[in-house]
Amino acid sequence: MNKLMTTREMVAGLRDGMTIGIGGWGPRRKPMALIREILKSDLQDLTIVAYGGADVGMLCAAGKVKKVIFAFVSLDFIPLEPFFRQTRQSGSIEVMEIDEGMMLLGLRAAAWGCPFIPTQIGLGTDVVTVNPGLKLVDSPYDDKAWLAMPALKLDAALVHVDQADSRGVCRISGPDHYMDDWFVRAADKAYVTCEALVDSSAFQDDTAARQVFWERSLTTGVACVPGGAHPTSCAPLYGFDIKHFKEYNACAKEGGFDAYLQRYIQHTDEDSYREKVGGIAAIRALSLPVY
Amino acid sequence: MQATEQYTLAELMICAASRAFADDGEVLATGIGVIPRLAASLAMKTVNPDLMMTDSEAYLLSEPNPLGPREDDFVQANETWMGFSRIFDNVWSGRRHAMVGPTQIDRFGQANISALGSDYQRPKVQMLGVRGFPGNSISHANSFFVPSHNPRVFVSGECDMVASVGFNPARLPKGYSTDDIDIRLVITDLCVMDWQGPEHQLRLVSLHPGVSVDTVIAQTGFALHIPDDVPLTPAPTAAQLAIIRQLDPHNLRGAQLKDNPPGDRRTSAAESVQ
Repeated sequence: MNKLMTTREMVAGLRDGMTIGIGGWGPRRKPMALIREILKSDLQDLTIVAYGGADVGMLCAAGKVKKVIFAFVSLDFIPLEPFFRQTRQSGSIEVMEIDEGMMLLGLRAAAWGCPFIPTQIGLGTDVVTVNPGLKLVDSPYDDKAWLAMPALKLDAALVHVDQADSRGVCRISGPDHYMDDWFVRAADKAYVTCEALVDSSAFQDDTAARQVFWERSLTTGVACVPGGAHPTSCAPLYGFDIKHFKEYNACAKEGGFDAYLQRYIQHTDEDSYREKVGGIAAIRALSLPVY
Repeated sequence: MQATEQYTLAELMICAASRAFADDGEVLATGIGVIPRLAASLAMKTVNPDLMMTDSEAYLLSEPNPLGPREDDFVQANETWMGFSRIFDNVWSGRRHAMVGPTQIDRFGQANISALGSDYQRPKVQMLGVRGFPGNSISHANSFFVPSHNPRVFVSGECDMVASVGFNPARLPKGYSTDDIDIRLVITDLCVMDWQGPEHQLRLVSLHPGVSVDTVIAQTGFALHIPDDVPLTPAPTAAQLAIIRQLDPHNLRGAQLKDNPPGDRRTSAAESVQ
């Protein structure tokens, strides 16, 4: 089955009000080409589930978001995501703020068809008070309270990987695939952008096969977008673009998100975006962060 | 222990914080930020070689990585893959001790990195979000690092957003007692404290040289337990300082505290060198 499609076709498959999960972590391996495509679309009222970075900040700033389900939104080296911060402080979005691990459990519950997974995480904190939808349950096996983390069922998951074939076999060869597999498994549809389209024989190699974290039947569509994670990182191919993020962050203080949008996203396609940020060679030359 | 050379406050705090991990046994030590990470690394190199640490990315190491840029031929001592999803398997097993830097800490040991202000729907300052604080705090040991000890951190009321569970009877879930909560040391730029006062009251453990009890009381927004006898925080040894320099060759620790103050702040610095 040939699953190749364009990012525009992927976004055309999304609807207002959908719950969208976004892979990656903070400033790392975010499907930014798809985010840019959403920013250019008419989509609105989205519920976003993410280990958030500029993906969440941009969608919030552009008014695409009704609700964010999050544990953090951060650019790491710039700890506070500037546009998420502005949006939260304006009181214009709903949130479901949960622990990082609760999000993982919610995705797993959705993937496994469970209404909830019991956990002790969140008990005793304001996570249970600011989220009245979170229920505590009794255990049939002990006398303790348990938090019933509800399934985070996604209408769609968006992820970026380094290699994929046209049938939807996806490889993440960077050191961490984060929770991308669980986003894909929790979703009705999973749209994947990749740095390189490869022949199916590329996965015959043992190491390559071990870097495939979900079965192709879960992949809905594949688009080849080199540099598609920019300005976030895609290890081992490139690091995140510190200079670009600083410029993005500065827009929050002067010019607003619209200045950034006009400069880099509006009236551009991925080819012209890539050229604006220096071309694929410059992206691939961005050094990986050292921790 | 005898101080053989001058040391900075950051180095004093690293050594004080490293003692938090001394009796942990074989657990994952996670230090968030330069000083806590150096503290955990120092502990692994000295008082507790059984500790486990990550590269802050995706691998567990048998030797802590030095901070900052490394030589091209540097090979980190990978022990196993430890991606973020697997970190949770470790967290929920309880075999971890994290040292974290909350923005607010209240008298119950509850902590906040999420948001400031009384209106949750429209926070005055949106910060990071609760991150892993809820899961960490109910699963394993936690210590706190506070680079600037003042009443805005040690708040008089409860935290604006309680991100981690503390010794607060009113919030304890059914089936839990305060004995289930494991909050260890608090290392600040003024002193070392723990939660072993009466009914888990915050207790002064040691004062950094040149800091008075009155200063600590004035800079803490709630009452803390002051024992009759409060010792000085031990000065770093030459051996500790040498290891810290190896772990932090670019002196990132020197940029962590405003003006990088000396570790001994008694008026006559000469007195402290004995």
